[in-house]
Amino acid sequence: MIITLSWLKNHLNSNVNLTKIIDKLTGIGLEVEGVKESQSELSDFKVAKVLRAEKHPNADKLKLCEVSLGDGKVIKVVCGASNARNGLISVYAPPGSVIPKTKMKLKIAKIRGVESYGMLCSESELNISNESDGIIELKNREKDVGKNYFKNKKEKSIDLSITPNRPDCLGVRGIARDLASAGLGKLSDLKKTKIKQSFSQPINISIIKEKNQGCLSFGACYIKNIKNKESPEWLKEKIISLGLKPISAVVDITNFVMFDLNRPLHAYDADKIDKEIIVRNSKPGESFEALDGKKYTMKNSMCVISDKSGPLGLGGIIGGTRSGTEFETKNILLESAYFHPASVRKTGSILDIDTDAKYRFERGIDPNSVKEGLEAATNLIIKICGGEASKFSIAGKTQVKNRTIQVDNNKFRKIVGIPITSNEIKKILNSLGFKIKKSKNYFKVEIPTWRPDIHQDVDIIEELIRIKGFDKISLIHPERIRSKETLSFKQKLFHLAQRAVANKGYLEAVTWSFTDSSIDKLFAQGKQEIEIANPISTDLNVLRRSIFSNLIIYLKKNQDRGYLDLSLFEIGPIFFGNKPGEQQIVLGGLKSGVINRKSWDSKARNIDVFDVKADTVRTLIELGIEEEDLFISNKSQDYYNPGKSGSVSFKSEHGPKLGFFGEIHPAIASNLDLKEKNVCGIEIFLKNIPEPKKKYRLTKKNYSVSEFQKSERDFAFVINKNYKAGEIKKIISEVDKGLIKKVLIFDVFEGGNLPEGKKSIAVNVTIQSMDKTLSEKDINEVSQKIVNSVKNKTGATLRS
Amino acid sequence: MANLDELIQKVLNVKDKLSLQNLKSELLGKNSQINQEFKKLGSLSEEERKAKASNLNTQKKKITETIDNKFKELEKLEINQKLKKDIVDVTLPARERPNGKIHPVSQVIDEISSIFSEIGFSVAEGPDVETEYNNFTALNTPEDHPARDMHDTFYLDDNKKNLLRTHTSPVQIRAMLSGKPPFKIIVPGRTYRCDSDQTHAPMFHQLEGLHIDKDINMGHLKGCLDYFIKEFFEVKKIQMRFRPSHFPFTEPSAEVDIGYRLENGRIIVGEGDKWLEILGCGMVHPNVLKNAKVDSNKFQGFAFGMGIDRLAMLKYGINDLRSFFEADYRWLNYFGFDPLDVPTNYRGLSR
Repeated sequence: MIITLSWLKNHLNSNVNLTKIIDKLTGIGLEVEGVKESQSELSDFKVAKVLRAEKHPNADKLKLCEVSLGDGKVIKVVCGASNARNGLISVYAPPGSVIPKTKMKLKIAKIRGVESYGMLCSESELNISNESDGIIELKNREKDVGKNYFKNKKEKSIDLSITPNRPDCLGVRGIARDLASAGLGKLSDLKKTKIKQSFSQPINISIIKEKNQGCLSFGACYIKNIKNKESPEWLKEKIISLGLKPISAVVDITNFVMFDLNRPLHAYDADKIDKEIIVRNSKPGESFEALDGKKYTMKNSMCVISDKSGPLGLGGIIGGTRSGTEFETKNILLESAYFHPASVRKTGSILDIDTDAKYRFERGIDPNSVKEGLEAATNLIIKICGGEASKFSIAGKTQVKNRTIQVDNNKFRKIVGIPITSNEIKKILNSLGFKIKKSKNYFKVEIPTWRPDIHQDVDIIEELIRIKGFDKISLIHPERIRSKETLSFKQKLFHLAQRAVANKGYLEAVTWSFTDSSIDKLFAQGKQEIEIANPISTDLNVLRRSIFSNLIIYLKKNQDRGYLDLSLFEIGPIFFGNKPGEQQIVLGGLKSGVINRKSWDSKARNIDVFDVKADTVRTLIELGIEEEDLFISNKSQDYYNPGKSGSVSFKSEHGPKLGFFGEIHPAIASNLDLKEKNVCGIEIFLKNIPEPKKKYRLTKKNYSVSEFQKSERDFAFVINKNYKAGEIKKIISEVDKGLIKKVLIFDVFEGGNLPEGKKSIAVNVTIQSMDKTLSEKDINEVSQKIVNSVKNKTGATLRS
Repeated sequence: MANLDELIQKVLNVKDKLSLQNLKSELLGKNSQINQEFKKLGSLSEEERKAKASNLNTQKKKITETIDNKFKELEKLEINQKLKKDIVDVTLPARERPNGKIHPVSQVIDEISSIFSEIGFSVAEGPDVETEYNNFTALNTPEDHPARDMHDTFYLDDNKKNLLRTHTSPVQIRAMLSGKPPFKIIVPGRTYRCDSDQTHAPMFHQLEGLHIDKDINMGHLKGCLDYFIKEFFEVKKIQMRFRPSHFPFTEPSAEVDIGYRLENGRIIVGEGDKWLEILGCGMVHPNVLKNAKVDSNKFQGFAFGMGIDRLAMLKYGINDLRSFFEADYRWLNYFGFDPLDVPTNYRGLSR
């Protein structure tokens, strides 16, 4: 909503300056988005006549125009508009002027070999409308050629952001009322001029009673024998200050009243109406051509204003060309109606139309302003265009009753925390147009019909503190008491996992929860795709089913920038359905490249599965799981290299899945055309990490270490090649838990003189007793048990 | 027997460890002169023997000590000589240790949690996918309400029942429905709007706050936010302005601006002639309490919501919102935080 100070002062008796008004507007919730000097830099733009328009010698779509400013000189301008033609009066911008829309400064430029001195402008380029189809066409302005197109009156306009609950402030008078209430002057009375109304409104108007009828009331005035013309200067200025384009007196007046009183109106050329006006629900497939030049085809149950021949317009949204007023129009029918917000909003959104009227009706117009609107507009039309007005006719509901609500006397103090006097309450509410009746414990408030946002006592409280001033609320310092833990176990895990992985050299990324379906499916394990109905772009069209989908895209982008040795991770949601809760938190990391690339002293080597295994296992231990409870298997997911990946589960193969690690499948790296194809990944599923029993977390197991000599023995087993080292380790550990302190696999090899299909695994075992120094004999006994156990369980032989 | 001093001198003249070893067996070994002398002691009278033995022991001790000292001296010399040849260039690069980083959004969430923890808020969460009811209707934003225009919503089905939450406010509803008052929670989380340009990203982070109890009024709201903003920006003085605004789920509603000034193109938060909008808040609307099965005659309180990314940008001088989500290695390294830099109450938010 744009207002100017002078317009505001039509309704507000006040001598305060602009700065004070701006501060106060923001202070009472009418947020000032900006203040701009209207039109001062626009004096460069001149009304000009196109003397001749010919085809550009080197371009089919361009024209070479000879333009006159009425001083006898001819200016050559190259123009791309199809409507540039001989004799057209338009708007000319000379070199050096700044085009309001693009903020570009014009230069003399050669266009396809011909010099162009400035340009001819479209309305959109001058920011006076969105019309960009062709240059401005001015009618009957021959006498103005050479004059400024914009009247150079320096007035500042204030751009307000009006919240959706305040339709009343979509009119200047509503804003003036709020300012007056806040103490910045007095709201002036509306001027009433007696209009001579000598005859009855002759056109029959009916609102069809049907389900979902969007129109509550339809007021009208017939004005005959007018002479429509260009608006007088004062009115044009007002219209331009709103960012609109003056059209004709009749149209400008309806727009003026809409912005002045927040009362949308529509004017029909009465002679073009076929017999009568019928307000009814649309039939599917009906169509009409609207004033924005577009043809709209209606669906069921949209509120249309029609005559005998069909739709004339969409109620509260837009009128049609068939009944539009023109300069030649003699008789008009002026409409002032009330349309239901939900109906207008629905129709507008289905047909994708947005107009100033629609914007107002969907927020709620004062239903009792029908007559007021007719009076204001009729008065101005007769003043400017002459003619005779009929009596007003109102179809439908003529008067809507004011609602009342009851507010407890203590409510203000209870909600706001400070007291307010009865006098203050009365003063504020009365000045806002509320009527108030006091009882002992409460007061009753009658709500003006222009305030559809007020429904209950808290709404009244808001009005009171809004006008009294939010700065009056006294601050109460918070108490520093904590009665509940800040984070739950899972939340603590999240924070811990995040920092644990970052501490291993990974950089944390935060990426979208949605991703590219073509990448996501590579990691989806065949799970159902989760589409977004209205994605922002085709490469962000699904919710991610894997934490890797986006990470690998960004890994590639970083590689493409020339960074090959990367470690990235993200901790966040992945999805397995499109309903609330069908998601889980996953930590995923990707590493690519080599370790010790170009190192002066260490040999470079590829990052491999054991690097990411270390990161996974270490992180899980840091998250509170005992190492012995981590069960490692070589079964992972499709998107890992099947021979170089694994999983970690809790306690056994079938226990909760804690994570995966391994080399990303080479087919994926090559499919994505990664510059560095050696990529390894880790995944940790936080929801499967068990919460230790509280007691266990707080108190550690008894501290016991042995004071006696420890011994180490090495064994080398020859065993089937596909036997897992992890299993041998487990078998040995379980031979004698009391004596075997540590089992370390320190060498693995195949080939040499080993038989085909076999490998050698070398194990170092630490043996130590808690209560004595072991004799050679004791140690040999344990060793023998180890050898026997491994032999029996795996068929291995001791390597000689 | 040779003169003791001569022998000592002989030891002192030795130049290397091997010669010293040889000299040691010559002087003290089985066939050494001194050993011979000891053997002769048996043939002497008691008195002579005592005197001679004492003398011999003294000599032997003296020689042994000298040899030991000489040995240590030679050893030291040898090491020093060896070290002279064994010098590395310490200006060569050290072995790489990988350095990870925490994303600024995560860091700021930890800071915020730490600040609110101090005054008794706990952290709550909710799903990213929400029902249309929780995201809008329960929050007093019925269908056809123009306020819905302010949220460009991503939908997951054509009948618009499930969507990506446009704000963290639906967690208010979930939290209240799943417990009993009082409620004192903050909710950091991902939020989504289908809007994308220089200053808008289709995903961003919000922080929701909710405090419902018997007598929580706007004064408490003001105090809570005043505390938070000062703690967060780590400044003692900060200008703050509450302005009336409108959100369907609070009444009265306010937006909060903080004062700032520009210094060399950077925003300095605290005092100055400019205002920056940083959050929206208000008293929870009775309709919302009703939808969340809380008796609004007995309980009332405030809620607020703010953009976490924006707070991070302001505090750490980051200009471009979109860069938060582009995972550029250089950016993450530059704006990321050391994982050891954990915000705490007792040590402070930042190192």
